[in-house]
Amino acid sequence: MSNLVLNIKGVNKTFGGLQALNDVNLEIEEGKVHAIIGPNGAGKSTLLNCCIGRLIPDTGSVTFDGENIIGKQAHEINQMGMVRVFQTPEIFPDLSLLENVMIPAFAKRDGQYSFNIFKAASSEQDIIDEATRMLADLDITGDRIYEHAGSMSRGDKRRLELVMCLIQHPRLLLLDEPTAGMARHDTNRTIELMKKIKESGMTKIIIEHDMHVVFSVADTISVLAQGAIIASGTPDEIRGNPIVQEAYLGGAHL
Amino acid sequence: MNFTKTRSDLTVMLIFSIAVLTMPIWLAPIGAGYPDLLQKFAIFGIFAIGYNILFGLTGYLSFGHAAFLGIGSYTAVWSFKLLTMNVLPAIFFAVLMAGLFAALIGFVSLRRSGIYFSILTLAFAQMSYNLAYSVLTPITNGETGLQLTLQDARIFDGPAGEGLPSTELFGISMSGYSGFYFCAVVLIIAFFLSLKIFRSPFGMKLQAIKSNQTRMKYTGFNTRPYLMTAFIISGMYAGLAGGLMAVTDPLAGAERMQWTASGEVVLMTILGGVGTLFGPLLGVGIIKYFENIFSAVNEAALHNFFSFLPGFLENLMVTIITPFVGEGWHLTLGVLFMVIVIFLPGGIMEGLDRIKKRYKTEGASEQTGDKE
Ligand SMILES: Nc1ncnc2c1ncn2[C@@H]1O[C@H](COP(=O)(O)OP(=O)(O)OP(=O)(O)O)[C@@H](O)[C@H]1O
Ligand SMILES: [Mg+2]
Repeated sequence: MSNLVLNIKGVNKTFGGLQALNDVNLEIEEGKVHAIIGPNGAGKSTLLNCCIGRLIPDTGSVTFDGENIIGKQAHEINQMGMVRVFQTPEIFPDLSLLENVMIPAFAKRDGQYSFNIFKAASSEQDIIDEATRMLADLDITGDRIYEHAGSMSRGDKRRLELVMCLIQHPRLLLLDEPTAGMARHDTNRTIELMKKIKESGMTKIIIEHDMHVVFSVADTISVLAQGAIIASGTPDEIRGNPIVQEAYLGGAHL
Repeated sequence: MNFTKTRSDLTVMLIFSIAVLTMPIWLAPIGAGYPDLLQKFAIFGIFAIGYNILFGLTGYLSFGHAAFLGIGSYTAVWSFKLLTMNVLPAIFFAVLMAGLFAALIGFVSLRRSGIYFSILTLAFAQMSYNLAYSVLTPITNGETGLQLTLQDARIFDGPAGEGLPSTELFGISMSGYSGFYFCAVVLIIAFFLSLKIFRSPFGMKLQAIKSNQTRMKYTGFNTRPYLMTAFIISGMYAGLAGGLMAVTDPLAGAERMQWTASGEVVLMTILGGVGTLFGPLLGVGIIKYFENIFSAVNEAALHNFFSFLPGFLENLMVTIITPFVGEGWHLTLGVLFMVIVIFLPGGIMEGLDRIKKRYKTEGASEQTGDKE
């Protein structure tokens, strides 16, 4: 009997006439890495949007750690411990790399609002140290931590966003295609980074097109097609599932 | 920001305080070393510093901050009329009232962002202006403006003697240089607070909101209260500036709240450098200094200036330049503003930065040259 972190029940979402999510049920257990795969437009991002307060499902319920989160605002859901990496990198392009990582650390420590102007950011030594350490994991060291985040490569931006989420030590991390559009070596660096996270036992949902990535990090996999979950199981079960082969993998060599 | 390379608060404050307090000395050679103009520098400096906390840090462009300036002035004059000629209560109430109004206007305007926010603030300021001009005449004395009279109660000072009393701080009259030094000390305190805000995590979060508000929300911050705080603080700075205007000249008129006055602070901030610590002050200095010079120039003075040219050229030059001086000073300002926005969007501070960088790279290439 393991703990349920996230429980999605009977979620439907339509955009105009388009049924983007069709009666989706999903249970995420503590400490597991759960992958969601599916073709373009299957509704994967929409499902995450329904979890983090960007969209409100038409029907159904989403509970996080036993608490209903539908109708809660984005910052409240983050403060509860569900944190998301976006499909297109969302960082602070005008701030330095160090500041980009410090900001989420402040959110974790001080909550959704705090007003204290008499301690300089430069004397927040604990947070600076932690942020610097995390940036070192990205091989960003020395004076490079003062560079503007906006001038980095796309791959670096994505990994930066990942680190920004990790410094919050989330209870549940949602990753939306962390390696999409990356070159092979870039992808490998990201996988390395994610394996590190897996070792720390963090619960994760990961959306990914790259099967290589999926089978190397996931404990369980769900397949989404046209808004509905057509199969769920361990990587081996999914590999052998004929419906999946037909509907999505198209007989690809797995 | 590179933490290791920023100067310490103490150094910055020391340099700043000395520069402000010695203004009468170092501004004298360019003809700006007299109290009237110096007071203007200090007062508009406070206005712009406060405005920069909102616009510079959060990127929210308010077109209505003159309303808070006006509210500060009216409140201060009422304090002089009802309570005492001492400037401290006047300043206190001016800041308080402006803060209350800012809370109200901010509460409504901050429901929107971008252009809609700007328009909401503009509408509010224009409403305040019209109210002050007409409906609220009993409070604002409408077109004439609010002034001191011999009948004022002034419950702490007792009845006025001969003539109107002047504003004072524990017996020191706030006219001439003492007026300037009072404003200068307030400016130094105001700058200190702004420095603290800029360098605090709070200021960093405001900049993060400017950079990517969506990310801020999904990072766990409730952005609205942050914006509210910045809006109210900047409104209070404007109220402080308005109060000081009444201190140096105890009268308040509705025109102080007009949209052109709101536009001026936007201009000063952008000209100097939005979001930089010193930029807005530079903007204020330049605009107020040249306003002073240009608006005093008239046609006769121009003829005098160009008298070395042959007659027809002299007339031509005078005809060309006349629309830009005197009453036409705003035309010059408009042109200057366009040039800055197009060629130097980061304002004068960006210009200085570029010069510094060029100087540095030249220095660096010289060094490598030495090695060869
Ligand atoms: N806000 C929205 N308004 C209208 N339609 C939307 C919206 N968001 C998503 N959709 C539509 O819903 C469907 C599912 O989109 P979604 O982004 O969830 O797909 P996805 O599985 O993440 O695809 P991809 O692999 O391309 O990222 C698509 O047809 C998309 O056009
Ligand atoms: Mg998607």
